[in-house]
Amino acid sequence: MPKVTVDGIEVEVDASATVLQACEQAGAEIPRFCYHERLSIAGNCRMCLVEVERAPKPVASCAQPVNDGMVVHTKTEAVKRAREGVMEFLLINHPLDCPICDQGGECDLQDQAMGYGIDSNRYGENKRAVEDKDMGPLISTTMTRCIHCTRCVRFITEVSGVPELGATGRGEDMEITTYLEKALSSELQGNVIDLCPVGALTSKPYAFTARPWELKKTETIDVMDAMGSNIRVDSRGREVMRVMPRVNEAINEEWISDKTRFIWDGLKTQRLDRPYVREDGKLRVATWDEAFEKIAEKVASTTPDKMAAIAGDLADVESMKALKDLMVSLGVTNLDCRQDGAKIGTAGRGSYIFNSGIEAIEEADALLVIGSNPRLEAPVLNARIRKQWTKGGFPIGVIGEDADLTYPTDYLGAGTDTLKQIIDGSHPFARVMDVAENPMIIMGQGALTREDGEAVLSATIAYAKSAGVIKDGWNGFNVLHTAAARVGGLDLGFLPGEEGRDTQGILDGASAGALDLVFLLGADEIETKYLGNAFVVYQGTHGDAGAHRADVILPGAAYTEKSGLYVNTEGRVQMAKRAAFPPGDAREDWAILRALSATLGKVLPYDSLRDLRAALYEEVPHLATLDELTSADVPEGAATGTMAATPFSNAIKDFYMTNPIARASKVMADCAALANDTDKGATGTHG
Amino acid sequence: MLQDKDRIFTNLYGLDGCTLADAQRRGDWSGTKDLIAKGKDWIIDEMKASGLRGRGGAGFPTGLKWSFMPKESDGRPHYLVVNADESEPGTCKDREIMRHDPQKLIEGCLVAGFAMGANAGYIYVRGEFIREREALQVAIDEAYAAGLLGKNAADSGWDFELYVHHGAGAYICGEETALLESLEGKKGMPRLKPPFPANAGLYGAPTTVNNVESIAVAPTILRRGASWFSGLGRPNNAGTKLFSISGHVNNPCNVEEEMGIPLRELIDKHCGGVRGGWDNLLAVIPGGSSVPLMPKSVCDDILMDFDSLKEVGSGLGTAAVIVMDKSTDIIKAIARLSAFYKHESCGQCTPCREGTGWMWRVMERLAKGEAEVEEIDMLLDVTKRIEGHTICALGDAAAWPVQGLIKHFRPVIEERIAAQKAGRLVQVAAE
Repeated sequence: MPKVTVDGIEVEVDASATVLQACEQAGAEIPRFCYHERLSIAGNCRMCLVEVERAPKPVASCAQPVNDGMVVHTKTEAVKRAREGVMEFLLINHPLDCPICDQGGECDLQDQAMGYGIDSNRYGENKRAVEDKDMGPLISTTMTRCIHCTRCVRFITEVSGVPELGATGRGEDMEITTYLEKALSSELQGNVIDLCPVGALTSKPYAFTARPWELKKTETIDVMDAMGSNIRVDSRGREVMRVMPRVNEAINEEWISDKTRFIWDGLKTQRLDRPYVREDGKLRVATWDEAFEKIAEKVASTTPDKMAAIAGDLADVESMKALKDLMVSLGVTNLDCRQDGAKIGTAGRGSYIFNSGIEAIEEADALLVIGSNPRLEAPVLNARIRKQWTKGGFPIGVIGEDADLTYPTDYLGAGTDTLKQIIDGSHPFARVMDVAENPMIIMGQGALTREDGEAVLSATIAYAKSAGVIKDGWNGFNVLHTAAARVGGLDLGFLPGEEGRDTQGILDGASAGALDLVFLLGADEIETKYLGNAFVVYQGTHGDAGAHRADVILPGAAYTEKSGLYVNTEGRVQMAKRAAFPPGDAREDWAILRALSATLGKVLPYDSLRDLRAALYEEVPHLATLDELTSADVPEGAATGTMAATPFSNAIKDFYMTNPIARASKVMADCAALANDTDKGATGTHG
Repeated sequence: MLQDKDRIFTNLYGLDGCTLADAQRRGDWSGTKDLIAKGKDWIIDEMKASGLRGRGGAGFPTGLKWSFMPKESDGRPHYLVVNADESEPGTCKDREIMRHDPQKLIEGCLVAGFAMGANAGYIYVRGEFIREREALQVAIDEAYAAGLLGKNAADSGWDFELYVHHGAGAYICGEETALLESLEGKKGMPRLKPPFPANAGLYGAPTTVNNVESIAVAPTILRRGASWFSGLGRPNNAGTKLFSISGHVNNPCNVEEEMGIPLRELIDKHCGGVRGGWDNLLAVIPGGSSVPLMPKSVCDDILMDFDSLKEVGSGLGTAAVIVMDKSTDIIKAIARLSAFYKHESCGQCTPCREGTGWMWRVMERLAKGEAEVEEIDMLLDVTKRIEGHTICALGDAAAWPVQGLIKHFRPVIEERIAAQKAGRLVQVAAE
């Protein structure tokens, strides 16, 4: 490995490293604007200039590969002058409107001007003014502030794969634009706000609501999809002000989807902040005791086989555990956490998780996507697939709906017929999977929520074992979930007990009058019209489908308002933390269930979250291992039934509307309206 | 003075016909097959020995550049790219080659392409050169028809395809890596180096980018021998060179001359002297708009080659000699150049994008005297902060004319400012 001397400190660096990386390794701070470790190198801001001995000119350290024996200086007068010069050039046409700029306080330009700039202004000419661009409902633009680092252009082109940003014009007239003044369509566009080193691209929903130094920052976990993206929730008082990504190389690198980022206005509207009971067909505000009494009355008059519980997509493991324990103590076996009806979870853990881990996508050399649209189901994971695709040698076959995944795919077919051809080897793509060293399968819920889901799953697992997708040292059989609660629920066994009904069975039973009481733990994605005349208890956060149908409403806490465990699609257990308190009388969900259990006379054996977790870890030991992947065996499924010929249809139709929080969000509604218009092919000149 | 027998471009003025037959009569394409039969190493060694330095402005030894190409292909194709994006203000030599002597360029492409293992060559023609592109295409079609290009080109056993690509008229696309970007269909913005084109150029394949003149002289050098070429001119500044003389001379012209010819001789012999006599000379920009100007005192005995001009703080560049007599408003002239560079900056990197506009605005004010004397030093400082801090050389090219002005004509600027302050300034000459 080459040795490089930086300011007299010799460091040994990777042969592929750049001078900038060598400097960082040696502890020298190098200012930069355009350089970003996850984007291609542009070398255009010139802020990172350093002196390299025997080089005739200052060298842009971000773009210069290291050589053995290189001697670099970062603290010389020439470097200082170069930085001052570049900073001066950046500032001459920058408006210096920091007091009214949303980036103030977290602005790279502001910070570096303090560190590396000069204290006076020599520029006496008029400053450039640039017209603002409309980039849609998420990104607010003040293009006069743009310093042309092109991070946004590179992100949108390289990472998100939707090349809708670019630069027009030359020289000082260069402008970053969407070309046709249309909103961006990437599901990852919000990340350009973080990438923008100045206040040119800022968050539109967050605009002018807070300054960064006023915010309490809580590091927690996202629940908008099953990835468990690491986020930081910034709150002020009781209010969540914004959501930012945190770095986690294994999961989301440093990106988050727009749903994750802009969901927070949904946390403030349509909230259930007090218990309600239905009287004479109308919901009225009640006290906790009234609500509990009402439930107790109903439970007392109902036999266990006529009761059921469904856990929703956003439930934390603790509340599911509390609900399950309560139901089991009542003798109820009609339990299900799969409100989409997926036929999974009955075999071993390996049959329902993303076994390889998200990071391992970068080790795969062939991919078969079955019944999934990862771009909508997990946009950040999709970016990882794209990242691997850009490296080359990564053929991607798709069975199911043919969608634009932001990278070219081999569209193999719509349904099980094609899957059968792959399995029996008659399809040409089977050969691609065979020759691959690390082949991978990503199975979406679209392939599993069908009547024949179990057969599809068994057949695919059997194929995976025969085609080397599952072998010693590599397990590329991956189930991609869409709900943050799902894997946790399955791990916990929140599933029908003996003779118990599953989600479909519960709905069928309720509509047929065979069930009298249904407990919904944040379950809003079911067809509530099939609940028939059953008495419905809804515990959740938003006035959505479930609450609308409920006879008793118990107001719970959203994911930012409680500490809770979530298991992501990889089976990685992560703990969310409380960033703000639930509104009004709403309480943490496990505590509601604990209190209800006392009223029902079936006191749950834990008085604190700590006790609950201790019991949980005893029941499901692997949940105690936070933040790490535990490998799981993939059982050879007993192939049951035959696969129907109907094509796979993807689990997510409307990306921005997948859960009650999103449906309460105005920002998400705007995005959804825009996306749906776009889908219809509206171009502005159509018709 | 160069003797007629040593001229390479014998049809520079188009007096002798431009067809393939005319060119062959003048000696082009004679024994091309034999040159190629001598092998790649011989050609590259001969080019090195000739001392030919690149004619596009930077003066990098051509043979050495060719030798940077990988000896054997690693599976990627090799490409020859000819830079015919001649946009440097004052320069009009490549234009004449394409108009009147295109076969020299085409033959050079074959020889150079063979020497660097390229089976394909691209000639990137400046957007404004419409007729030149047409003339070049006609010549290429003729060469194809005569079997001089294509499979087994000129019966040499080497396959060589040659394409003309027409630019859209951007100065920056004359920078070799911006040219490659443009050729690939992208926005013409210079690439970061390393990697250099010889490692990863056009479509990521090994590529050599040469100026039209550098390529066009190659066959003649190989035919007549390296020693003939290196015997002309001065050491390290060998051979003949096309000079484009414009401005305040009686007879502006393109002329092929020996390297190292005294500037005064060049102007007096070929251009009928400076308008109003040598003593009416104010300054000369000796190598295209991007090099610093020289006042008359320097011009009196300067030799026109790379090293002599470098010694006096200027450069040979493209050998486009811009002559300015005493009627010139030198501040305004340089301000016009600043406007050009501001207009042509690609906008990619900070110092050039922001600095060229700054310099231009200050220059405009200096031209009117609407400035403070301190601003002269500030402007000089700004040029130093652009120079050497940019991705490509356009930043340097924008800075040098201003530096040359301040270095040699500071009193004129100061006088202009004083006159403006005193209300003496009525009108500034328009030229």
